[in-house]
Amino acid sequence: MSTIEQTEGEERRKEVQREKEKVAQKRNRGEGIGWNGQTLREQMAELEDRTKATDHYGGLTELPLKEEDPIRYEQMFSQLRGGLVTARETSKEVAATPIVEQEGELCYGLFTPEGDSIAVSTGIIVHIHTMSEAIKYMINHDYEESPGIEPGDVFVNNDPHIGDVHPCDVMTLIPIFHEGELIAWAGGVTHVIDTGAIGPGSMNVSQASRFGDGAHYSARKIGEDFELYNSWEKDYVDKTRTPDFLKLDERTRMTGCLMIRHVVKDMIEEYGVENYKELAREAVEDGRRGFRKRIKKTMMPGTYRGVSFVDALYEGQDNLTREYADENHIMHAPSELHVREDGTFQVSFEGANKWGWHPYNCTPAAIQGGIWVMLTQTVIPNETVNDGAYYACDFHLPVGSWANTQNTETAHAYAWHFLVSAWAPLWQHLSRGYFSRGFWEEINAGNANTSNWLQGGGIDQFGKLHAVNSFESACEGTGGQYVKDGEPYAAAIWNPEGDMGDAEVWEMTEPLPFLGRAAKPNTGGPGRRTGGSGFESLRTVKDVSRWLLYEMGNGYMTSDSGLFGGYPAATGYILNANDTDLEERFEQQEDYPQHDLDPESGAFEAAIEGDITRRPEGISTPKQFDDYGLYLNYLRGGPGVGDPLERDPEDVVDDIHDGFMLPRYAERVYGVVVEQVDEDAKHNSATAGEYAVDEAATRERREAMRGERAERAQPVSEWLKEERERIQEERDLIDDVKKTYASSMRLSDHFGEFFRSFWELPEDFEFTLSEKAEQSLKFRFDSGTRPKWDNHTMGHETWLNVEDEPYVPYTWTDRSIKDLSGPEGTFGRRGRAGDD
Amino acid sequence: MPETYPQEIIDDLVDDNLDWDQLHDMMSDYKDTDRFLKIRHALQERVEWDDPIVLPYADHLYVVAKPNDRMVIKCDCGHEFCEHDENWKLEALINVRDSEADYQELYPENMHPHPDYMELREYFCPGCKTLLEVNNVMPGYPIIHEFEPDIETFYNEWIEEPIPTASG
Repeated sequence: MSTIEQTEGEERRKEVQREKEKVAQKRNRGEGIGWNGQTLREQMAELEDRTKATDHYGGLTELPLKEEDPIRYEQMFSQLRGGLVTARETSKEVAATPIVEQEGELCYGLFTPEGDSIAVSTGIIVHIHTMSEAIKYMINHDYEESPGIEPGDVFVNNDPHIGDVHPCDVMTLIPIFHEGELIAWAGGVTHVIDTGAIGPGSMNVSQASRFGDGAHYSARKIGEDFELYNSWEKDYVDKTRTPDFLKLDERTRMTGCLMIRHVVKDMIEEYGVENYKELAREAVEDGRRGFRKRIKKTMMPGTYRGVSFVDALYEGQDNLTREYADENHIMHAPSELHVREDGTFQVSFEGANKWGWHPYNCTPAAIQGGIWVMLTQTVIPNETVNDGAYYACDFHLPVGSWANTQNTETAHAYAWHFLVSAWAPLWQHLSRGYFSRGFWEEINAGNANTSNWLQGGGIDQFGKLHAVNSFESACEGTGGQYVKDGEPYAAAIWNPEGDMGDAEVWEMTEPLPFLGRAAKPNTGGPGRRTGGSGFESLRTVKDVSRWLLYEMGNGYMTSDSGLFGGYPAATGYILNANDTDLEERFEQQEDYPQHDLDPESGAFEAAIEGDITRRPEGISTPKQFDDYGLYLNYLRGGPGVGDPLERDPEDVVDDIHDGFMLPRYAERVYGVVVEQVDEDAKHNSATAGEYAVDEAATRERREAMRGERAERAQPVSEWLKEERERIQEERDLIDDVKKTYASSMRLSDHFGEFFRSFWELPEDFEFTLSEKAEQSLKFRFDSGTRPKWDNHTMGHETWLNVEDEPYVPYTWTDRSIKDLSGPEGTFGRRGRAGDD
Repeated sequence: MPETYPQEIIDDLVDDNLDWDQLHDMMSDYKDTDRFLKIRHALQERVEWDDPIVLPYADHLYVVAKPNDRMVIKCDCGHEFCEHDENWKLEALINVRDSEADYQELYPENMHPHPDYMELREYFCPGCKTLLEVNNVMPGYPIIHEFEPDIETFYNEWIEEPIPTASG
């Protein structure tokens, strides 16, 4: 440690002691650490009451700081924002994992004493809202009394039921005091590489419950005077396979939080504490108003509906932790958005099916945080980004569903699998609104299923116990836009600053050398504008012992949807090889596989001898790989927009040259007749050859395809008649599908009514299930609830139906949206928003 | 500074004539307050029928005003589907892809949904056979009514303009 660092540390300790003395004096006077002598809990209750009474954050019907001196207001806000971004950019250099350093899987937030975010950094800002929930949990569960909230304290949390997406996102929270009052919280999150789950990696997939998810640190105090407790430092290192990486990640978060504390202290010195407090409140209210204003400016009031699905197939998988977990699951996510007259949002997942024995379940914090990040990146990118947007949205998340298990037995290690899939329709809701308003430049079909996740571990190339979690998945194809194709291998929706990372850097921390990395053809959804292409990396395994690897992603279902005639992106598949002759091929300088660009070509199989597994599923549980094994990491594409027959034929040729599409699909999908004019020409892709459009043949082929469509298709009314009989007779419906419907119908009377009425089924209709499916539903429904929160926040009211369910209309059975106009008709207990 | 674009820019947006720099600026810059009226104007000029456009509903589809205060969903080819608050998909042509062979016309082997778990429903306009929407759903899923705009609130409260009528 340098002399400067020692001096700074000493100064900080002295300052903390001074602050602690002031807090002690207040306590002696019977006062709390909140403003004006209130306890934190009293302060939060007052804020909630004022917000509810006025429908303005904290009762702020006016914004005096902003209105009287807008330049100073913007200066102060920008100073905070700049400080948070600087904290992120600086502190990530402390980290050692490419996850944080290369992919930028960290973010910071500055919060009000009550836990509402004021300003955020860049990065994986889904956690801004999850940190908010964690702070509110501590307040509402009397942490002020025990273990105490003091100047210099350090708290950690990674419990999804308190406030997190999944346990590998570890957050550090520090309170910031001024003159004995808590004036803010600084918080940071990093995605750590291993949480000590039953399998190696940050998001193991073989566990059935929380008890295999890894270590949970449930809103714990882990230090004081900005020093970590000895007991903490001795504790967590044995709960992970990668203690050194976690140690450095923790230092990253501490560095950032302390930098943010500096920024706040400096601001108070420059502008005075009262101005800082006013800014904190006004910024949240400003964010809430900004959201509503933007919605009224760019969207259409009304009701938007959609549905998404994703598969989680476990039947027959090895290494499951429970016999009863040996079954397939399908996520059913009906998605409804109601844009009210006042520009606020109501988002409902009514009809979602039951949680399952898999680690893809979600908590409200995960869903709300996830949707918050999507809205802030799409709807209000230019507005004040903070929890104000959260205050402009109501979420209905049915208790007991995968979207809100309210049961601390459930597993959440890769909640994103369902979360990312479930918000796919939200893109479409927004895009339909933008289309109607004419903001076509904002239309986007959606996001890729952010997989595959390459994970595993064992004894690595340095002879140490290690775990890996490749974040190449931070770089997927994005959805097609109305005005342009989706971006190829560009981002993941959970991290707007995502990146695939340098292969060489991954090779430093993973014993998995790259054999090839290329755009993967036919991964983006076809359309007038295609979904952005995914890519693939072919990895081998080198210098390992007892090394495990597994896959995670969609396989039997595509979780995104095309828009306006565009098609969804391709699904995933698994390709591995073990006991290969790769070493001999290297020695003899023979060809070896570098890609699997065309899975139908047999090229991969022709270039390697070994035990090859190629199958259409997307998930596998940990399986052993030896040196020179092969593993395909296939990162997905985005969905398309518009009728493929309207795509410019020249763009189709570019798709071939760019490696985004295999030539044989030009005619099949797009009706574009191409011919190879040069066999050897090279483009900036793994595709060889030069292609050109035959314009006359293309015109003819497209015309013919429209005719073929007419021949092949039938009026919906005819199809409905046949389909109705099929449902009534339960014909050609597999058990997994019927189990999913039955689960939703049992959990939601509304969905049951909708389903039965649509297909004209008897009121008592229920699907006939296998004994195994019946038992699966029974086990899960019998599990009941095990909620984590004893004292909920007011923000939980919209999904909290533990005792008294708020009235949530299910408009899929009632087309009269006038009945829904305004919050009174929807979530009842919330007051109508006033004019801003 | 007025937050607006000239009609020609909006015409170019409709005609797909803007280059990426212009589009990028439109994404990052202000959102123009009169966009709706300009886009409605541009679209009205381009359709070959006279029914007043009430609003763009989806790619190729519009809500248009008809006599006697009716509003219907209409394709730009002229085909009329249904009343504006009904689900146009119920009046469309449908093709369902629910076999390996159906899927493999579009996607390589193993890169498409399993037909037992998911089907693709393609909805075409009966008039021009344009593919208007593709839904990927579990077999047996009801047809979803995706969008019910609240036209009255939009016109009366949000933009304070009269709702177009067939007579005016």
